[in-house]
Amino acid sequence: MIPAKFDYVRPSTVEEAVSALQQGGDDAKIIAGGQSLLPVLRLRLAAPSVVIDLGGIPELRRIAEDGDRIAIGAMAPHHDVMRDDLVKEHVTLLSQATATVADPQVRHRGTLGGALAHADPAGDLGAVALALEAEFVIAGSSGTRTVPAAEFFVDYFTTAIGEGEILTQVRFPKYTGWSTHYEKFNRTAQAWSMVAVAAALRVEGGSIAEARIGLTNMGTTPIRATGVEQALVGQPATADSVRAAAEHATEGTAAPSDADAAADYREHLAKVLTGRAVLAAAG
Amino acid sequence: MAEVRVTVDGVNYADEVEPRMLLVQYLRERLGKTGTLIGCDTSNCGACTVHLNGQSVKSCSVLAVQADGGEVLTIEGLARDGELHPVQKAFNECHGLQCGYCTPGMIMAAVDLLGDNPDPDEGEVREGIEGNLCRCTGYQNIVRSVQRAAQMMKPGASAPTETPAPVAGD
Repeated sequence: MIPAKFDYVRPSTVEEAVSALQQGGDDAKIIAGGQSLLPVLRLRLAAPSVVIDLGGIPELRRIAEDGDRIAIGAMAPHHDVMRDDLVKEHVTLLSQATATVADPQVRHRGTLGGALAHADPAGDLGAVALALEAEFVIAGSSGTRTVPAAEFFVDYFTTAIGEGEILTQVRFPKYTGWSTHYEKFNRTAQAWSMVAVAAALRVEGGSIAEARIGLTNMGTTPIRATGVEQALVGQPATADSVRAAAEHATEGTAAPSDADAAADYREHLAKVLTGRAVLAAAG
Repeated sequence: MAEVRVTVDGVNYADEVEPRMLLVQYLRERLGKTGTLIGCDTSNCGACTVHLNGQSVKSCSVLAVQADGGEVLTIEGLARDGELHPVQKAFNECHGLQCGYCTPGMIMAAVDLLGDNPDPDEGEVREGIEGNLCRCTGYQNIVRSVQRAAQMMKPGASAPTETPAPVAGD
């Protein structure tokens, strides 16, 4: 199907984009890579009056080191993020999870910021941003503000980005030398995660000194598995201790039931995949 | 209306298009490049795969205006001087198709894959074409075709020789 009619603007600065968004009001829609938005428009699940394309703002594609952080422009395509040397070295988990998103064609167009702002609970990158305590830089008419990941994901497809605001950058603390793994469970190639687990560990002298665990598709937002994290710290990364810690994986979750899986099956998966993710990360 | 200036298969075009026009519609309906097919309408099947600025994309999920200033390569621009691209030859030789509907997209995805990884193993081929569905489920010969193309494209490789097409269950 063909999208309903809309006007199209391609601003060349963030300021112009914010002003176009404010002029467009409720009916304006930002397009980043368009890999979620265009199917929605084609199916006519949405019919914005104006589409504002961020593709004309080159600075939004930059990936750079900024002190103790790696700052990734919201329009950096998945393909660039997963191959970037800085990301691979300092935010390895993001690189690993991004490589599992969709398929090569979608990764060429789809963007980190677009995926996070879309906030599909089955999307892979929210759990990573949450577990790694990323910061979200959001631009509006009165300048920019920074929102921590713990406050960014509000609900199903809903984030802290307000009306008239645009996500411009995602900043990840460096996790240099951490052991990481993204364990994704789905049925077919290019399918969304039924459940997935993002794990980052700092291992010191054979035991886990720090742990960050994020869950994909176990609620209406990505979920931080703090119970698992606490149970892992101070433990050796052995199968028995990891399995015991993974029993905490369902705490604070509200797994959905849908055509892919019932909630209780997802709860089972969360525990099993948490164990696998932590053991794989620990190597 | 919006203006789109784009190079498609080596030819420059400038057109006024509706912003909602998809790249695949532009290619097929404006430029008559019907070698690029529409399959699923849900971004899943990859039949409409073309290259935009050297990277494979699903042209049903790109607006024509988003390609403005860019360079598009379709299946119709792959052959040079009447000589098929090695990936096209390999699909022919290894019978990498059944009904053929997915073939243009498969070939464009495979060309992108081999540009990135000139010597993929079977697993890497399957990952590399995971954005393309073959409803005939004819993946075995498609994977063989891509690996055959990789051999043919190696520096110093001799011209392809006729080999019998593997048959199902082979």
